[in-house]
Amino acid sequence: MNPFTPWSALAGGALIGLSASLVLLGLGRVAGVSGMVSGALQRQPAEAGWRLSFIAGLLLAGAAAMALDPALLGPSARSWPELVAAGMLVGLGTRMGNGCTSGHGVCGLSRGSPRSVVAVVAFMSAGVISATLTGVLRGAP
Amino acid sequence: MTRTRTWLFSLGCGTLFGAGLVLSGMTQPAKVIGFLNVLGDWDPSLMFVMLGAIAVHALAYRLVPRAKRPLLADTFAIPSRRDIDLKLIVGALLFGAGWGLAGYCPGPALVALDTWRPSVIVFVLAMLTGTLLAGRLEHWLHHRNRRAAPASTAPHGPHPIPEAAAQPRAAGEANGVR
Repeated sequence: MNPFTPWSALAGGALIGLSASLVLLGLGRVAGVSGMVSGALQRQPAEAGWRLSFIAGLLLAGAAAMALDPALLGPSARSWPELVAAGMLVGLGTRMGNGCTSGHGVCGLSRGSPRSVVAVVAFMSAGVISATLTGVLRGAP
Repeated sequence: MTRTRTWLFSLGCGTLFGAGLVLSGMTQPAKVIGFLNVLGDWDPSLMFVMLGAIAVHALAYRLVPRAKRPLLADTFAIPSRRDIDLKLIVGALLFGAGWGLAGYCPGPALVALDTWRPSVIVFVLAMLTGTLLAGRLEHWLHHRNRRAAPASTAPHGPHPIPEAAAQPRAAGEANGVR
């Protein structure tokens, strides 16, 4: 049911890593999406501008994916209440924890940040428990 | 360095990042949940996403000490906090819980907005609400702590030391928020 796709995963990861490297060496910033979102909501153009542009880039990539094959942006089987709860948790948690899978997982671990190591262990554990519990209670998507 | 050039560069980076997310499978909640749900039909593919990303990105951090400044900016603004506090742990746990529930984290959710699916829009709106709420809470707690510590001499000067350790807001949010 779930095909094992290590090569596209590796390649996709490499692209993510490359992009984060360009952001670091080009803009001197950390490419953490949750930070982009928080920062984009600020009022100073110096802080919000480049972040909004990055997010626009994400949307561009999504548009290209839609043109290629909408299945690339696969559907979610969760109900609206679950999506609201999940979204709130993600928004709250990433802001409180100052990072997400890209900020802590990719950028933080790449520079050996102890905060990121702790964060990654925490969100991975919570993610596994959450997904496994939901799978048991609701059935796999 | 012009602002336009910076923004165009950032746009390019975002597009590349998004392409990576799509190629890796992170934009498919079923695949993410397939990785996180260890009792289901387990698909370890996504482990390779982080491995691939770190393998490439770690190299960039080796170049930073050698570079005087970034290409298009004046200084590097890399988070430098090393303390581990409850806020970090609780935040990460909450994020993980949400991620495992819907299979979306911030990046893929934004990329998936292009589907115009109500499920994605609902998730993203809820995510923005959560972010803003956390910001408000932080702001409120910060000001409550300041009122409780009248020992601070300058109202617009540096923060009192106990707060600086707990919630550093020096140099804007740049160093604290990823």
